[in-house]
Amino acid sequence: MSENELSGRIKDVIENEQVVLFMKGTPQFVMCGNSGRALEALRAAGAPVTTVDILPDPSIRQELAELSGWPTIPQVFVKGELVGGADITQELAETGELRSILEEKLGAGYSDGAEERVVDVVSGTRV
Amino acid sequence: MAVDRLESLLRDAFPNAPELRVEDRTGGGDHFQVTVESQRFDGLPLLEQHRLVNDALAEPLRDGTIHELRIKTRETT
Repeated sequence: MSENELSGRIKDVIENEQVVLFMKGTPQFVMCGNSGRALEALRAAGAPVTTVDILPDPSIRQELAELSGWPTIPQVFVKGELVGGADITQELAETGELRSILEEKLGAGYSDGAEERVVDVVSGTRV
Repeated sequence: MAVDRLESLLRDAFPNAPELRVEDRTGGGDHFQVTVESQRFDGLPLLEQHRLVNDALAEPLRDGTIHELRIKTRETT
């Protein structure tokens, strides 16, 4: 797969999923403490999280950093906009601001029936 | 020492910071907690505050010195 193709898939996920968490590992197998903290913060806020594991291919991380201008993993996006990394997401969750942001961008009923999904940007499949 | 290098990069970026700390969280020299209070953060959204810290540490983030970074920023106002 070309880097353009990969970059396109990453962009596609960011733009089309409501809440995206780029993380090391998956919700079932979290491979990094910071990724786990971001995931827990999003869960606590009832967010419909779509996760992307960046570990299968080092170019995912490179392409993502170029797109977002953010150097570290995890990264959280809501409606295409970067919210931040683990510390920001956790801080916003603790102050209640994360819920406000989600409500504002996704509508008041955002957590109704919220499900976790995993997208594989290398193959393009989702679970 | 990586801690000293990070601290000096942050001192350059945030001169006169009332609080500026770098802690090696695990003792392994690659997991860090950075705490900065600075006037440069005043009035900025959290995302932009953290971006300033990331910018100051761009080199150690890129060269692999920093494996994991935790950031706590505070405004002076």
